[in-house]
Amino acid sequence: MSGFLNAYLPHILTGISVGGQYALIAIGYTMVYGILRLINFAHGDVFMVAGLVMVYATASMPMYISIPLVIIATVLLGFVIERVAYKPLRSAPRMSVMISAIGVSYLLQNCALYFTGGLPQTYPVIPFISDSVTVFGQTTKMVTLITPVLTLLLVVILSLLIKYTKMGMAMRAVSKDFETSQLMGIKINSVISFTFIIGCFLAAVGSLLYFTNYQSVIPTSGAMPGLKAFVAAVFGGIGSIPGAVIGAFIIGICENLIKGAGWTTFSDAFTFVLLIVILLAKPTGIFGEKATDKV
Amino acid sequence: MTKIEQKKSKKGTWIALCCIAALYVLLFLIDNVFPSTSFIVMLTPVLKKGAIYSLLCVSMNLLNGFTGLFSLGQAGFMLIGAYTYAIFTIPVAEHMSVYQYFDGGAIQFSIPEAIGSILGPTGGAFFGSIIAIILAGCVAAVFAALIGIPVLRLKSDYLAIATLGFVEIIRAVFQWNSLGVITNGSNQLRKYTAFSDMKLTIGGATLKFGTIFPFLIVMLCIIVIVLLINSSYGRAFKAIRDDEVAAEAMGISLFKHKMLSFVISCFFAGVGGALLAMFQTTIKAQSFTSAMTYEILLMVVIGGIGSVSGSCIAAFLYIACSEWWLRFLDSGKFLGLSVPFFRDGFRKVVFSVVIMIIVLFFSRGIMGDRELSFSGIAGGVKKLSGRLKKKDIEEKEDTGNE
Repeated sequence: MSGFLNAYLPHILTGISVGGQYALIAIGYTMVYGILRLINFAHGDVFMVAGLVMVYATASMPMYISIPLVIIATVLLGFVIERVAYKPLRSAPRMSVMISAIGVSYLLQNCALYFTGGLPQTYPVIPFISDSVTVFGQTTKMVTLITPVLTLLLVVILSLLIKYTKMGMAMRAVSKDFETSQLMGIKINSVISFTFIIGCFLAAVGSLLYFTNYQSVIPTSGAMPGLKAFVAAVFGGIGSIPGAVIGAFIIGICENLIKGAGWTTFSDAFTFVLLIVILLAKPTGIFGEKATDKV
Repeated sequence: MTKIEQKKSKKGTWIALCCIAALYVLLFLIDNVFPSTSFIVMLTPVLKKGAIYSLLCVSMNLLNGFTGLFSLGQAGFMLIGAYTYAIFTIPVAEHMSVYQYFDGGAIQFSIPEAIGSILGPTGGAFFGSIIAIILAGCVAAVFAALIGIPVLRLKSDYLAIATLGFVEIIRAVFQWNSLGVITNGSNQLRKYTAFSDMKLTIGGATLKFGTIFPFLIVMLCIIVIVLLINSSYGRAFKAIRDDEVAAEAMGISLFKHKMLSFVISCFFAGVGGALLAMFQTTIKAQSFTSAMTYEILLMVVIGGIGSVSGSCIAAFLYIACSEWWLRFLDSGKFLGLSVPFFRDGFRKVVFSVVIMIIVLFFSRGIMGDRELSFSGIAGGVKKLSGRLKKKDIEEKEDTGNE
C-alpha cells in the first residue's frame, strides 16, 4: 500500500489540482448549459485568452495590478461574447447557437494566433503559488495545495449566492423554465449575462492556477481543458454545480493516474471513453435532473 | 445518366453537360498542356483542395443538414480514411524508411504494386489508388457502424459531444505505439501514391491526371449522395430531421435510417480523407483535430445547411480565399503600401470575423436549403472552378424535383 502511495502520490496530487482547475472551468459550462441549453464551445478559448492576457499584462505591469486586470478582461470578454454572438440568436434553433459558439472559438483562436505570432508565450511566475512545497515527502508547487481549497471555497460561495440571493433565485427559475420565468418578469438578458460573468470569472481564476503548472500558453491550449471540463460537467449531470465539481475532480485524478501508469497517449482518450459510457448508462449524469420529453 | 436526361428539359441538360465537359477539358489542359506559370501553380492546389473539401462538406451536410444529426466526428473518419489509404499504397520497398522505428511495419503489401504487376507501374498507381480510396471509405464506414450503435441513441448536443469525443479516442489509438507496426505510431506516413503519380500511358504518350483525378472521384461521390438524398431514403432522412417523433409515427425506423445516413456520410468522409492524404503527400494523426471538423462545419454553414450545391460553392470559395485570394493579408503589403498589421495570421482573423458575420446575420448561408437552379446560373458570371462544379449537381438535383 505504501509502495503504491509513494509511486502514485505525485499523480494523485497533480490530479486533485488539475481536477480543481477543471472544476472552475466546468462550472462555466454547466451554468450556461443549465440556462441556455448551449454547449459554449468558446469557453475553453476564453480560458486561453485569460492566460494570454496574463502573459501580456505582467510584461508591463506589476502582479497586483495584472491579476485583477486579467479577471476583469476575461469577464468583459465573456459578457461581450454573449451579447454579440449569442443574444441575437436567442430565438434561433439550438444548432445555430452552437455553430455560433464554434465560430467564436475559431475567432478567438485565430486572434490569439495573430497576436502571439504562433509562438508559445511563456507564462509568468506568480509569486507564492509557484513556490515549491513538500507534501508527504513529495516536492510540488504551492498551487497544487491551493487549488482544491480555493475551488471548494469558490463553489461554496457560488452555491450560497445561487441559493440566497435574488439573482440566484432568478437563475434557478430560468434554468427550470425559460419562457415561464420571462412571463414572471425576470429580466432574462441580465440573468444570462450574469451567468456568463460568473462563468468567466471562474475561468479566469482557473487559468491563473492552471497555467502556473505549464511553461507556456499557445492558441490551442484552451481547447483540451475546455472539452474535458465539459465532459466533467456532463459526467456530474449538466446543470448541477456540485456534480460538475465532483466530475472534474474524478476526471482530473483518473487522467493523472493513467499518465502515471505510463499510458500518456490515452489520458485524453480516457476522458472521452468515460463521457460515452456515462452518456449511455446514465445520460443525465450523477446529479442531473431527469428531463421529460413532451411531444 | 440517361435516366436523368430523359426527365430533364433537354436544353438545360445539354448546357450543363457542356459546362462539365468544358471544365474537364480545362482541367486536362491544366494538367498536360499549360505551362506552369505562377497563376497555374496557385490555381491547381486550390482546385484540388476545393474539390476535396466539397466532398467533405457534402458528406457532412448529408448528416447535419439532411438527417439533422449534429455530428462532429468528421475529422476522425477522415483520419481513418487517410491512414487506410496511405498504409495500403506505400511501396513495399519504402517500408523500411517510412516505418523506420518499427522494423518496416507489419503490412508488407501495396495495392498499387499488386495492380501494377498486371497493368504496369502507371496503371497500377492509377487504378490501385482508386481501389485504396474505396477501401479507405469502407474502413471508415465499418468504424462508423461500430461507433454508431451506441452513439446514435443520443440526441442533438449530446451526440455532438460524443462524436467529438470519438475523434479524440481515434486520434489517440492511431498514435498508440503498440499499433505502430501498422500506423507508424506518432510518426508521419509518407511516400504513398499521391496526385502527382496519377499518370496513364496511352499509346506511348504519358498523360497526367493530377488535377482531374480528385474532380472525377468527388463528382462521382457527390452524384451518389445526391441520388441518395432524392431517393425514398433521402425523404426519410429529411422527415427525421424535421420531426423525429412524427417520422417514427409514420413508420420510419429511426435507428436504421440514422445509421444508414451516418455510415454513408462517414464512408465519404473516409474517401475525402484519402484524397486529402493524396493531396498533402504526408499525413500525421495529430493534424486531424476537431478544429478540422469545425472548419468543415463552418463551410457547410456558409454554403447553407441542407444545400448540396451551396456546400460545394462554399468549399471552393473558402479554400480559394484562405489559400489564395486573401494571401495578401499575411504578406504585409497591400497595393504596394506596407501595412503594419498585415502580418502572419491576419488573414485568418479577417476570415473568422467574416464567418461570424455570416453565422449571425446570414444564417441561411449562400444557398439556404435551396439548390442552384439553372436560371440562376444562366444569369450569373461563370467562374471557372466553383460555378461549373455546382452545375453538375444542379443538373442532378432537378431529377428529384420532377
